[in-house]
Amino acid sequence: MARSSADRGRRSHGWGYLLLLLPFIALLAVSTYNRQAPDLGGIPFFYWYQFLWVIVTAAIMVVVFRLTD
Amino acid sequence: MIDWQALGVFSALFLLVTVLGFVAAHWRQGDLGLLHEWGLGGRRFGTIVTWFLLGGDLYTAYTFIAVPALVFGSGAIGFFALPYTIILYPFALVTMPRLWSVARAHGYITPADFVRGRYGSHWLALAVAVTGIVATMPYIALQLVGIQVVLAGMGIQGDLPLIIAFAILALYTYFSGLRAPAMIALVKDTIIYLTVLVAVIVIPIRLGGFGSIFAAIPAGKTLLAPSQYWAYATLAFGSALALFMYPHSITGVLASERRQVVKRNMALLPAYSFLLGVIALLGYMAIAAGVQPSPAYGAQWAVPGLFSAMFPSWFAGFAFAAIAIGALVPASVMSIAAANLFTRNIYTAYFRPRATNLEESNVAKTVSLVVKAGALAFIVFLPTAYAINLQLLGGVWIIQTLPAIVLGLYTRWFHRGALFAGWAVGIACGTWMAMQSGLKSSTFILPLGAQGVPGYAALWALIANLIVVVALTLVFRAVRVPVGSDETEPHDYREERARRPVPELRREPVAPLGQPARLL
Repeated sequence: MARSSADRGRRSHGWGYLLLLLPFIALLAVSTYNRQAPDLGGIPFFYWYQFLWVIVTAAIMVVVFRLTD
Repeated sequence: MIDWQALGVFSALFLLVTVLGFVAAHWRQGDLGLLHEWGLGGRRFGTIVTWFLLGGDLYTAYTFIAVPALVFGSGAIGFFALPYTIILYPFALVTMPRLWSVARAHGYITPADFVRGRYGSHWLALAVAVTGIVATMPYIALQLVGIQVVLAGMGIQGDLPLIIAFAILALYTYFSGLRAPAMIALVKDTIIYLTVLVAVIVIPIRLGGFGSIFAAIPAGKTLLAPSQYWAYATLAFGSALALFMYPHSITGVLASERRQVVKRNMALLPAYSFLLGVIALLGYMAIAAGVQPSPAYGAQWAVPGLFSAMFPSWFAGFAFAAIAIGALVPASVMSIAAANLFTRNIYTAYFRPRATNLEESNVAKTVSLVVKAGALAFIVFLPTAYAINLQLLGGVWIIQTLPAIVLGLYTRWFHRGALFAGWAVGIACGTWMAMQSGLKSSTFILPLGAQGVPGYAALWALIANLIVVVALTLVFRAVRVPVGSDETEPHDYREERARRPVPELRREPVAPLGQPARLL
């Protein structure tokens, strides 16, 4: 009984933690977002895109936290 | 000329946190004669206090001055601070709960405690401890630079106010331990958030919106040149790997009361990254507002200059207090972390193995004073550039402890001798690379391909470190060099809370006759 719930925990760990790679891919591929357009209220894409990833990353971590807890 | 109105508001807030710093000794009271009570706040901080403490600790006053200064002076490359503080958390979410658990299970207070327990190697532990202390010292000194710059913003020159501020800080850290910065962080971050909220609304309105702010920046500065892509990515990635290796970050993590608190905080702390991104933009706002670099502080004048130009005096004083108090929290936590390392991994490990708990905590308190006095002397007697250069080297050095600490959280395969050799190679390589630019830049051009790859020296040195670690592990295992003992067990890394009484008190002197030794 205890073993089966531990196994379930481990299985959800596996793919949940993979989500955490997304911010690394998105932010380290600098050439993909080093652009002026489209701007947001005068702020170039380069800036607001990275701000957006603060929120997306926090959301991903909440999901992972829920999945693995 | 002294701005009395700003100084009045500033002083009132400074007085408030001073009182809090001393009152903190009585908060969630514990026996401050025990190192884990003084140096880890009794490991009792919940989600909210940990959020304020870690936020106040990781995002230092120097960051709030230096990041906009870099954006002000160099443009888009300075923005690497944002991706850096984003990818920091996925990394920490995976690794730090494991460190918390094993530290809780074995009563570890420092990362070097863990390394000693995991590899049974006091040499490797000593390497981690010394690196931590040496990397932290210039970081503390830079917090003083943060205070100096905002004092100058109010027209105050000279070292005396700085010495007074630091003496007060040293005293309440001595008496209250980690409880002091934790309590002060609540005030500090509230006024920082308020300041930035007001700044990001009021300043763009006064400058005609973000469109005209960005239009005022010289062409080519707001985007990266293709030759900067590698530098941008490696600075962000390397800095993210390094930050949680600093002793003050680990101190903040280990002070949490539960593993869940650590995990939850990794999802909540990005709020500070958002704040840091906005603060970085202040560098552009300073350009648009026509702020000029000052003769004494150069580009670091960007934020104080901007606040003086844009805000009424009283609010400028409020904002300056936010930054100055923002220097006290990390300076306090850093000195505590350095003191814990010295006490646990040098003093009791080499000089007084039989030191009682009281002696241990007294040594730590004294060392916290010495460390701060050293940082102060550094700033008062040497040019600021020395502290900045050493802090740059500190980042290169501290990341070399990553293999021993982080890989050790997952596997015991790596050989302790190989980890030690890798650490030494990493330090040597990284120092050499940083010297090549005369410590002017943290990037080094790796001679690969036609143009070479410019990137963060710390990361290149870490790669050299890892290559040595893997290669020598294979050699040492092949010739059967003893691997050392490991006092941890696989389930220690997953503990939600302590299974057994934490062995903090193992050096308790003999209990009075007929009375059982106190366990908790």
